[in-house]
This record gives sequence, structure tokens and C-alpha cells, in this order.
Amino acid sequence: MNLAALPVWLVLLPLLLAAALFIAPERWRSRLGQLGTLLCAALALLLAWQVLQHGPISVALGNWQAPLGIRLHADGLSALMLALTALVALPLALYAPAWFARHEQAGSRSEAFFWPLWLFQWAALNLLFLAGDLFNAYVGLELSGLAAVALVALGGKRAALEAALRYLLLALFGSMLYLLGVALLYGTSGVLDLALLGEQLQVDHSSRAALLLITLGLLFKTALLPFHFWLPAAHANAPAPVSAILSALVVKGSFVLLLRIWFEIFYPIGLGGAGEVLGALGIAAILWGSLQAMRQQRIKLLVAWSTVAQLGYLFLIFALAVELAWAGSVLHAISHGLAKAALFLAAGNIALALGHDQIHRLHGAAGKLPLTFFTVALAGVSLMGLPPSGGFVAKWLMLQAAIDAGRWPYVVAIIGGSLLAAAYLFPLLRHALAGTHDPRQREGERLLSGWLEIPPLLLATLALLLGLMALLPMSLLSGGMPVSLR
Amino acid sequence: MDSALWFALVGAALAAIALHAFFARRHPLRRLIALNIMGSGIFLVLIGLARRYPGALPDPVPHAMVLTGIVVAVSATAFALVLLRKLARLGRGEA
Repeated sequence: MNLAALPVWLVLLPLLLAAALFIAPERWRSRLGQLGTLLCAALALLLAWQVLQHGPISVALGNWQAPLGIRLHADGLSALMLALTALVALPLALYAPAWFARHEQAGSRSEAFFWPLWLFQWAALNLLFLAGDLFNAYVGLELSGLAAVALVALGGKRAALEAALRYLLLALFGSMLYLLGVALLYGTSGVLDLALLGEQLQVDHSSRAALLLITLGLLFKTALLPFHFWLPAAHANAPAPVSAILSALVVKGSFVLLLRIWFEIFYPIGLGGAGEVLGALGIAAILWGSLQAMRQQRIKLLVAWSTVAQLGYLFLIFALAVELAWAGSVLHAISHGLAKAALFLAAGNIALALGHDQIHRLHGAAGKLPLTFFTVALAGVSLMGLPPSGGFVAKWLMLQAAIDAGRWPYVVAIIGGSLLAAAYLFPLLRHALAGTHDPRQREGERLLSGWLEIPPLLLATLALLLGLMALLPMSLLSGGMPVSLR
Repeated sequence: MDSALWFALVGAALAAIALHAFFARRHPLRRLIALNIMGSGIFLVLIGLARRYPGALPDPVPHAMVLTGIVVAVSATAFALVLLRKLARLGRGEA
């Protein structure tokens, strides 16, 4: 296979697999989905390796060059996000069949639909990470949004359907704003290619309006405070494997697009000052999301609000706008992806084993599910940003950028966010560890199979190891730093 | 004032009306209709932008964008209607 065509296959293969799985007999879909996951993940890791060895890969589809053609571009940022998606997908492929088998009644078709929808989502995410032009990214956004809503609706209950419908309406609204912004940019410059726009766009009323529309549209999808209100219900009512996908990956798709648009178009042409607003909203999200997480009674809602808080960190880059903060922000996206996927899968395990996910009724649950609560603790280490986790390195980089610039509110927010994360995660562990061993419980009885307990543990371990291997992602990123930051 | 400017102005007006409706209305069906009208408005703006200079053939790129946008809007609307119907049926079952 021609390695230069890898970016094309990363979009095409999951798309073809998804379509094929929709017509495959339902009893084969689980195995076929696992096989497809293996293939797609292998391709993604191969591409990441190629970018690490030989630098960015660019493909002009059908040899049509920009401005008319469509360009797929794999740089360090794309490679890292593709690798993150693959690393979350692999353990998930082991976990999902076990979870659906245990959670759903016999005859339920949720898993049969999960696989094709997840592969559609994967294709959309890969497209978002690789898109070199604004309109192709719009198609990726829409496909990602539709697949995500359908995945939430798999929950089947009334609350899940209501959350799905609300998610769908807001996602559509967000893409409308984005499309109008793209139309304005095309109207003034006549190009859609990200790199060309950064060179050719002028600062005027229409580019300012486009900045506002595109940013607002993508904020709805990335759920930055105050546009986060759809997120907790949607992420908490979805099936456990879906919650992991939504929190770990889907919100990162629109974030990466926002990052590219700002640092490849708006910073170069001199509109970057508006990033201060995004940075301030990021601080607000860290504080508000953490405070809400502390007030939750259900584990899945706690984890969902924690996503709102952790997403806030991602936006500090728009105000700090230096290389260090850029690296910290991308590293945070990855370590949060791994840790949050682990946490949502572990939360799914707790609900399966205990039949509820009420925090105050966890009394002594750690004795019954030692491996799952160990996973919660490991993932918590990364979310709190304790060494040696990936979260620690990410927050350290951002902290250093904030101190270098003398931006004290940011210093306080970064440290405060870690303390607040400890404050909302410790009660979970305290309740679970408290109390004596339940005498009715037989020694050595296993409540959950290894298929359910090992995958989240793998994800949490990866999040922890990311801190020790941080040089690898950093060297990938240093090749793809946007020009405006060099 | 030529037809392209009319397209853009009418499109902007439609998008503004729909924007208001999307936030002022609570019923999901009304909000879905608002989104569709907003989409039509944006498509009209794009069609207006396709004009290059008087008498010349229009730029095909915005037309291609509108076509893709319509496909997306139709499928998303169909999906939202299915969700709405399913919710309505659940509601009746519970009552």
C-alpha cells in the first residue's frame, strides 16, 4: 500500500466498515466490529509513526490542488489525536461487547447498532483531525454530531432520548453558525483552505463576523461554559461505552478544529486578541464545572461535570498563546481523553455490579470491586494532575507558560482546578473504601469479568504512563507547531 | 440592486427570524423548523456569494456547498423527526 495515501484510508476505511456493518447479519457485528477496530487502529498508529519519522504528510485528493481541491493534512497534532482515538478504541472494543451482553436484556439490538455508529463516529473524527479546508471539516462536524446523537439515543430510555434530541438541535445550531461563518470567509477571500486563508484573509468587518460565528458554533459543540448545558445529560444518560467515546473523543474533534482555525487563520491575520475571552471562559469552566461535579449524587453525572471542568483547561491556550501552552493544551486533550474514557468505563462497571451509581450508597464497594476502584484512583491521579501522570505534565506546561507571562489568574485557576478535582474525586473513593467487608460476600467471588475490568485499567495506566513518555508526543508536536507560535 | 444582493439580504433576514424562533420557542418541533429556515437563509446567502461579476457565470464552489448542506439538513431533520416520534410514543405509553 502506498503510505502517502494513509490519510485517505483513515477516513475511508472506518466509513466503509460502518456502512458494511449496517448490512451485516447482527450476530456477526460484534466480531466484525472488533476486527475493524484492529484494522483502523493499526492504520492510525502507522500514520502517527510515519509522521514521527518523516514529518507531515499532505494529500491532495484526486490530485486537485487547493483552492479547488480537497486537501488532507496529517501533522503532529493530527497524528497525536488519531493515535489517541486508536488507543481509546482498542480497549473499548474489548469492553463494549461484555458491557452490552451484561447490561442489555436478551434480544436487545443496542450492540448491533453500536458498532456501525461508532465506526461512523471514528471516520468523522479522523476527517476532523485531517481536514485541511473549512468545508470538509464542516462535513466531518455534521457526521460526528449525527453519529454522536444516535449513540446517545442507544440508551433507549426517555431521559436518553430527550438528551439526544436536545444535543441534536444544539449541534445543528452550532453547525449552522459555523457554516455561515465559513460562507463569509469564502465570500471575502474566495478560498476555503486553512493555510491559504491564513495568508490571504484581511481584517475587516466580515472576517470579524466570521470569527465570531465560527467560534460560537464550535463552542456549542465543544461545550465550553456557558455552552455546556447539553453535555451532562447527554454524556451521563448514554450507555457506558458511548459516554467514554463522547467525553474522551467527540468534544476533542471540534476543539482541534477550533485550535487550527485560530492559530492558522485568526492569529496570523492579527485577530488573536479575542482569545482573551476564550481564556476567561476556560477559567470559568474549570471553576463552575468542578463545583457542580462536587454537588452530584450520581457517579456518571460527576464524571460528566468533570468533563466540563477539564475542557476549560483546553481553552487557556487561546489567552496564553505560546508554544509551551500549546503543547500543554494538546497533551491535556490526550491525557484527559485516556483518563476520562477509563473513568466512564469504570463508572459503567460500578453501575453494572451494584445496580446503582449513587455516590453515597457506595459504602464498602471498593472491597467488592477492587480492580475497578483502583482504576478510578489511577484515572483520578491524571485528572488531578499529580505526578507522574500525563495530566501532571500537561498542567505543568500550562502553569509554566502562565508564570512566564505573569498571568496570575491563570496560575490560580490551573492549580485551583487540580485541588477542586481532588475535592470532587476523593468523596467517591472515601465512600467506596469506608466500612467493613460485607459478610454476605463470599471470598474470592468475582462480580465482573476481566473483559469489563481490564480495559479501563489499561486506559488509566496509559494516562499515567503518558507523563513518563511525554517526550514522544512533544517531539511529534514540535514539528507541527503553527507558524503564529514559532 | 441586483438579484445576488437580494438573495443575500433575504437569506440574512430568514436566518435572523429563525435565530429568534430557535431561542424563543420551547417545543422541539418548532425549534427544528426554525433550524430548517435558518439553514435555508444561510443557503441563500451562499447563493448570493456565488456571483462573481455581472453577466459572468456564477462560482460553482458555493453551489456545491449548498448542495452538501441540503443533504446534511435533510438527513438531520429526518433523524430529529424519528427521535421526536419515538419520544411522543414513549410519552403516550407512560400516561
